[in-house]
Amino acid sequence: MNPLASIGRASLGMSRTTGRLALFAWRCILAMIRPPWFFGQIWRQILSIGFYSLPVVGLTAVFTGAALALNIYTGGARFNAESFVPNIVGIGITRELGPVLASLMLAGRVSAAIAAEIGAMKVTEQIDAMRTLSTDPFRYLFAPRLIAALIVVPLLVLIADIIGVFGGFAVATQSLGFNGALYVRNTMDFITSWDVGSGLIKAAVFGFIIALMGCYHGYVSGRGAQGVGRATTNAVVSAAILIFASNYLLTSLFV
Amino acid sequence: MSSDPKISIVGLHKSFGSNQVLQGVDLDIAAGKSLVVIGGSGTGKSVLLKCILGLMAPDQGSIRIDGEETTRLSQKDRARVAGKFGMLFQGSALFDSLSIWENVAFRLIHADHIPRDKAKEMALQAMARVNLAERNADLSPAELSGGMQKRVGLARAIVTRPQILFFDEPTTGLDPITADVINRLIREQVTDLGATAISITHDMESARHIADEIAMIFQGKIIWRGPAKDIDNSGNPYVEQFVTASADGPIDVMGG
Ligand SMILES: Nc1ncnc2c1ncn2[C@@H]1O[C@H](COP(=O)(O)OP(=O)(O)OP(=O)(O)O)[C@@H](O)[C@H]1O
Ligand SMILES: [Mg+2]
Repeated sequence: MNPLASIGRASLGMSRTTGRLALFAWRCILAMIRPPWFFGQIWRQILSIGFYSLPVVGLTAVFTGAALALNIYTGGARFNAESFVPNIVGIGITRELGPVLASLMLAGRVSAAIAAEIGAMKVTEQIDAMRTLSTDPFRYLFAPRLIAALIVVPLLVLIADIIGVFGGFAVATQSLGFNGALYVRNTMDFITSWDVGSGLIKAAVFGFIIALMGCYHGYVSGRGAQGVGRATTNAVVSAAILIFASNYLLTSLFV
Repeated sequence: MSSDPKISIVGLHKSFGSNQVLQGVDLDIAAGKSLVVIGGSGTGKSVLLKCILGLMAPDQGSIRIDGEETTRLSQKDRARVAGKFGMLFQGSALFDSLSIWENVAFRLIHADHIPRDKAKEMALQAMARVNLAERNADLSPAELSGGMQKRVGLARAIVTRPQILFFDEPTTGLDPITADVINRLIREQVTDLGATAISITHDMESARHIADEIAMIFQGKIIWRGPAKDIDNSGNPYVEQFVTASADGPIDVMGG
């Protein structure tokens, strides 16, 4: 096989996918910003994306905060900087780990669920049926999911921030001998609103990515149950990769 | 034909990669008539319907509905033209997150913005027309048998009394008695509503029942068309082979 040809074919395929995704995202954005909005659908999605994700996000955050505190304590001990545990846990959680880890967990849970649901609707011709009923799936199906994710993921990350810091606090005070009141004051004095705010901006972008990947891969899923299965996997993997990539981009903008 | 056709299709082409499915379909349907398209599996019957419905863009050719070219409509005009259509899908395609009555009332609530209680009333009337009892209204589609799901799909297609009805294999997978009920219901709707209907089937029994006219699609083209009563003396070897369900004839069964 001609290696140039296969490189060419791969890059053609890649640019075709990118173009298709960009067009899809654009149609989603138009449907999000222009009325009519399906408020009932938005509310349902807020519940299903947000409320039912709380346990997953909470558990991820508390264990991450706790482990982070231990690691920073050990690392800090090497140059007598154990006292920085509250500061670095606070920064690490709010700027980086809260948004990224919570969003990754949500990619697994929410992107997959959206892709499976939309994919099944595609395969059973429900999306075609919706069109023949004069209803635009971009408005009725995709926009509500994207709007809900845009609202809910930052809220979940805010909760993850609080629980994550608490996880660090619990370990620090219970097994590392920190004074509770001092730990809290150190954290509060040190963390700026931009630390938290920049993390929440990231969370909004990640939320958009999570819902977009779910909708897109569901929408383009192939025929049959196999097609839906592949759509689910693709949604999770591509959401995760885009979260990492955009996290780097956003971080380099924010620092 | 003196009056303008309701739907007029000229030179329709559609391929998927190297798979040339429609290769120049020409078809006119007069207002108030029921046309049945027959043809083997994979000959592009569903693709033809999807092109007319605007769910798929043809590669080439023209589709006029009431004289209006519909192959290149804006999204808004597309939704307006879709208002003339009612479609029963091959697998019913009911929304499984919604109840039966919400399925039937979907267009009324979401596209026509009719208040829910009024929409529900209209949905129940449509359900009654297809012999679906009111007690089914709050069930979910998964709780119904395939035959009942078809009826819900039919109720959803006729609830707005559309001018043009499409039926994709309405009787496939149903027992003969339920199939006959569905055939009658379709015939009734067409006669009652004065609608124009295009149906697809490979069930000849069903075709005889619902058709005024029958057209046969083969290798991407319409190869025969005539009144339903002529189907047994078509004089066309392809149609004869299809109607008599024989493996011997000009259609290459294995090559399919
Ligand atoms: N979305 C699609 N993408 C790629 N190929 C498709 C698509 N839809 C249909 N085809 C192909 O077009 C051909 C015709 O399909 P179609 O569904 O119209 O057949 P049909 O006549 O309705 O058959 P059946 O009676 O089995 O329903 C098939 O070869 C099918 O694989
Ligand atoms: Mg078909």
